[in-house]
Amino acid sequence: MDRLGSGIAGGRLAPADYERNFSDLHPRFDRHEALVAADRCYFCHDAPCMTACPTAIDIPLFIRQISTANPLGAARTIFSQNSLGGMCARVCPTETLCEEACVRHTAEDRPVEIGRLQRYATDIAMETGRQFFARAPETGKTIAVVGAGPAGLACAHRAALNGHTAIVFDAREKPGGLNEYGIAAYKAADDFAQREVDYLLAIGGIEIRNGHALGRDFSLSDLTRDYDAVFLGLGLAGVNALGLEGEDLAGVDDAVDFIAALRQAENKADVPIGRRVVVLGGGMTAIDAAIQAKLLGAEEVTICYRRGKDQMNASEYEQDLAASKGVLIRHWLSPKRILGRDGAVAGIELDYTALRDGHLTGTGETGVIACDQVLKAIGQSFRASGLGTLAMERGRIVIDEHCRTSMDGVYAGGDCTNRGEDLTVQAVAHGRDAADAIHRHLAAAGQPAVAVA
Amino acid sequence: MADLRNNFVGITSPNPFWLASAPPTDKAYNVERAFKAGWGGVVWKTLGSEGPPVVNVNGPRYGAIWGADRRLLGLNNIELITDRDLQTNLREMKQVKMNWPDRALVASIMVPCVEEEWRAILPLVEETGVDGIELNFGCPHGMSERGMGSAVGQVPEYIEMVVRWCKQYTRMPVITKLTPNITDIRHPARAAKRGGTDAVSLINTISSIVSVDLDTFSPNPSIGGKGSHGGYCGPAVKPIALNMVAEIARDPETYRMPISGIGGVTTWRDAAEFLALGAGNVQVCTAAMTYGFKIVQEMISGLSDWMDEKGHKTLDDITGRAVGNVTDWQYLNLNYVAKAHIDQDACIKCGRCHIACEDTSHQAITHMVDGVRHFEVIEEECVGCNLCVNVCPVENCITMETLPAGELDKRTGKVVDPTYANWTQHPNNPMAQVAAE
Repeated sequence: MDRLGSGIAGGRLAPADYERNFSDLHPRFDRHEALVAADRCYFCHDAPCMTACPTAIDIPLFIRQISTANPLGAARTIFSQNSLGGMCARVCPTETLCEEACVRHTAEDRPVEIGRLQRYATDIAMETGRQFFARAPETGKTIAVVGAGPAGLACAHRAALNGHTAIVFDAREKPGGLNEYGIAAYKAADDFAQREVDYLLAIGGIEIRNGHALGRDFSLSDLTRDYDAVFLGLGLAGVNALGLEGEDLAGVDDAVDFIAALRQAENKADVPIGRRVVVLGGGMTAIDAAIQAKLLGAEEVTICYRRGKDQMNASEYEQDLAASKGVLIRHWLSPKRILGRDGAVAGIELDYTALRDGHLTGTGETGVIACDQVLKAIGQSFRASGLGTLAMERGRIVIDEHCRTSMDGVYAGGDCTNRGEDLTVQAVAHGRDAADAIHRHLAAAGQPAVAVA
Repeated sequence: MADLRNNFVGITSPNPFWLASAPPTDKAYNVERAFKAGWGGVVWKTLGSEGPPVVNVNGPRYGAIWGADRRLLGLNNIELITDRDLQTNLREMKQVKMNWPDRALVASIMVPCVEEEWRAILPLVEETGVDGIELNFGCPHGMSERGMGSAVGQVPEYIEMVVRWCKQYTRMPVITKLTPNITDIRHPARAAKRGGTDAVSLINTISSIVSVDLDTFSPNPSIGGKGSHGGYCGPAVKPIALNMVAEIARDPETYRMPISGIGGVTTWRDAAEFLALGAGNVQVCTAAMTYGFKIVQEMISGLSDWMDEKGHKTLDDITGRAVGNVTDWQYLNLNYVAKAHIDQDACIKCGRCHIACEDTSHQAITHMVDGVRHFEVIEEECVGCNLCVNVCPVENCITMETLPAGELDKRTGKVVDPTYANWTQHPNNPMAQVAAE
């Protein structure tokens, strides 16, 4: 297939182009770059970056450790708060978290490059294979963790640290959750997600059982019966549908499936892509799908979002990244129907939209974009199954500040819950905090009752 | 356009920027390049006695400390005086002086502390036509072990004696270069004056070990695993040099003795500060060794532009202008009150002022006000120490505001007294001089 062949096809580019396009988005700092970047940190008191980090990493301290040529010490500081500090360094929207809060962002619109510094330290630590933390003595307690994504892995790691055994169930073939299946390839190059899992498991006390799905292979009541505590890090397995004419045409795909297939592809040239691709949505998934469609050789990639730039969930940084890769982002366009020819996508008809009295409405004007592939990225949803009577709110599991659900001994965290933003780093924080809450719960249960006179 | 021409003890140069006696002035090749780049004068690297020249180590001679991005802040060296034979140096000096009659060329000399040695070398130097000599009493390493350099500079009697010999055996102006490795710089300066020196130059390098290799436990620079103390110079030493220049400039015994200021001069500002504290010109080494000779262009234009802006026409308009403002602590006005003030628009909320004050000073800066991150001076606690100003990363965000006379100092509960009162008059001072009734 050559570059301009119509329809959906792989092999649009030369092998070297694939390699270049899907290599690391930001190469790791070398030592001198890290020292210069670290020197910009002011070592703020009660630092705003630290407050902005859902896992509350002591950022000024780890950056100072880098600046004194102690990257392993920096990694210890990072991992003590965030066991997935390596992946968070790659995928965190730092521009809306720590780096947005950085006082140098306030001062000169150029924050300290916290994410890249974190990657520098964690990469060095992981390459040396150095484990910083030893497990507490075995407690004999076993915790069931459902979902081997960021929340589940963080929970299992902290539980293992606390001396418990963690059994992690995951429906997919590989652990990692979104880290393995949902992140753009250039953000987690060189099989980073699996390397990170291996690094986490090296602590011991964690067993991962892939191919085990809640609701299919076991239920929540099985777990509460068989284990001392349960943590649910289920993520968002469902995807929202358009409910439009033409949605079942060949060439209409879920962006998450496209992203997952691309991540799992041995050879990126095998992943078929349209010559003209329209991506529907305004979040990170839409951006990741659009950029990668372009990187696979699509001639024309257009993101259509039904609201304006300011309402997009994707950060400005991500929008700019997409634009720099040649993706066209169009606002105030809502899909009306997908047009087909011979059972395959030929174009998409869109309504021009506007905000009237605070409500999004169609203007009546429509337009058509010719395309041979439509990627849907209009949101994911929690697919509850096998959870019994667990309390839910707006389709998500209700948890309190200690990640406790409505059921005693059952905890939950990450995207499947009703607390916090849907971010990797938030899921890690939940998993960690749930493990500590479980630890306190089990320790309290193990104490003999004390009579108070 | 400001007139930068310099007349230092009768030695004229088109500007006050001289290269100090050091590796950059070791031979004609370098000095010619320096003059082409615009340097006003050169003190030729120190000459020794006739005979086999000294040798240097064959390993690293320099060590350094760095700031961010490896910006060199301090340099240390264990190099000795010239390792070329005397006649070669003299021949080249003569040629260079002929080629550059408008530039200052001064010979640095270090020979053993024996009258015969000085009497022998001075005519040879004078014959080259150089403008003057500088006596190297400063070098703190190697030569000092042989009774020269700072071994002389640390004994005022020796300084006086050698200066006297030089004044006796040459008609050239004598500049005595002083070592900072002493307890009170005024004593060697006074000795040089008693010996009849035309000027002093200072500071030479400071005895130092810049770093230790933590793998080999050898000091740096390491010569096969061993290190020796070297001479420290560069931007880091400037404050020490400025003070020593000022001490000599305001000492009644050496008042108005010409001073050639040396020590960390890197920019025109550094030079202007040395001049203000009493130096007649400046000598530069580390800045040139870091960036090359071209940096003199920045120094010349910077000094000239600043003088134009301020209306200073000649160097004489600047030299010594700050000397009268250097005083002893006991004469500082204790009725002067200042308080820190934080410009909230400029504040980026890093909190460093707060934590510095909270942990290490006077608990006079807030952190939270009404639950919001907010940094503000608590005037009831502020002693006006200036630490917050110095640690604030934003220039002019925190300033020291003078409390006008008549205003209430909320810390002491007293109204600011308009009169001048110092420690010598203070009631807490047991030695206070009470005015006669």
